[in-house]
Amino acid sequence: MKALLIRDLRLGLRAGGGFGLGLAFFLIVVVLVPFGVGPEAAVLTRIAPGILWVAALLAALLSLDRIFALDFEDGSLALLATSPLPLEAAAVVKALAHWITTGLPLTLAAPGLGFLLNLAPDAYFYLLASLALGTPALSIIGTFGAALTVGLRRGGLLLSLLVLPLYIPTLIFGAEAVRRGADGLATATPMVMLAGITAGAFALLPFASAAALRVNLR
Amino acid sequence: MTLRVQSLSVERGGQPVIAGLSFEVAPGAALILRGPNGIGKTTVLRTLAGLQPPVSGTIDYPEDTAAYASHADGVKPTLTVTENLTFWAQVYGRAVPGSVYAAFDLDALRGREAGTLSAGQKRRLGLARLGVIGRAVLFLDEPTVSLDRFSVQMFATFLRDTHLAAGGIAVIATHIDLGLDAPELDLTPFRALATDRGGSDEAFL
Repeated sequence: MKALLIRDLRLGLRAGGGFGLGLAFFLIVVVLVPFGVGPEAAVLTRIAPGILWVAALLAALLSLDRIFALDFEDGSLALLATSPLPLEAAAVVKALAHWITTGLPLTLAAPGLGFLLNLAPDAYFYLLASLALGTPALSIIGTFGAALTVGLRRGGLLLSLLVLPLYIPTLIFGAEAVRRGADGLATATPMVMLAGITAGAFALLPFASAAALRVNLR
Repeated sequence: MTLRVQSLSVERGGQPVIAGLSFEVAPGAALILRGPNGIGKTTVLRTLAGLQPPVSGTIDYPEDTAAYASHADGVKPTLTVTENLTFWAQVYGRAVPGSVYAAFDLDALRGREAGTLSAGQKRRLGLARLGVIGRAVLFLDEPTVSLDRFSVQMFATFLRDTHLAAGGIAVIATHIDLGLDAPELDLTPFRALATDRGGSDEAFL
């Protein structure tokens, strides 16, 4: 498992690996929003939690189709499937690698970008915490979508259509946690729900991903 | 450890392709699968390797002893030759034996990124994986594509002197003569009739 994780991280960081793509997209969206809605600080403060979460979600979506597609094309997925590593473990590792190259940088960059959107000072901690809790769910759900659409030509659009509805709970609770944090309200409920979604997704979806991969490899 | 296949039927895309295939391969022996394009060599090998279930029949070999090598090498272009091999060795919980570089003439290429290799060199790297993972039952699908005559000889030597000599088994689909002392099995007589039932919806049950 460690070998696959190291390989995937190495592939992600080397030329053409797509590392930074999501981060750049996140940056662009967040920078563009103030131009679109105008410089009124009160309005930006109000919409900042939602914009940051939607932008992070779309940025995570951007690199999903690469999770299995490249391994499928060059044949390594079939070789991995016949290796001693169970496909369930491979799905977890792939999701983890996706999170480390996408979700983690997004989480770390979000406070800086929150500043651009005039995020309420109290909300920074909740932004960081909710993204740290929520983005792993985006990666594991996305891995499931990628497993379903692997082998399809131009599967990216179908992948987005499949995955976006599954992202909605994470988005709702994530943005809600930040909003409550900004208003000084209790954030325990959305945070716990967010953590629950992530834990549940990690417990269940690797099995679904592996089953989808087995069908697609036939 | 023997590979036993009994009245195996396989399908591709919901269409039955091969029916009633039986054979047995003893330790240290190889079997060459022959037949025209599209007869089902790849499908048989994928079924043997466990990538798809057989329609009927039994495949018997000890668990966790087999490895599969497809047309595609599974070589990552942005990793070096050593990194590619080390990855597969680790997946199989082994270390890369030093002799494998010499056996596949990769010594001078160790630090090269696989994306800069020629088609034949890449193929050699893909085949070197078989020397790294240490599996006893190999299912090889056209292993010699894009290899020159010298490399084909090198690969045949590896199979004969390293793999088969250690009691390994190899089932090889190929169109050329590898120079192995192995029986050949022509798949043409096992072509499935169009009336044989295929289960295209099976994947969803």
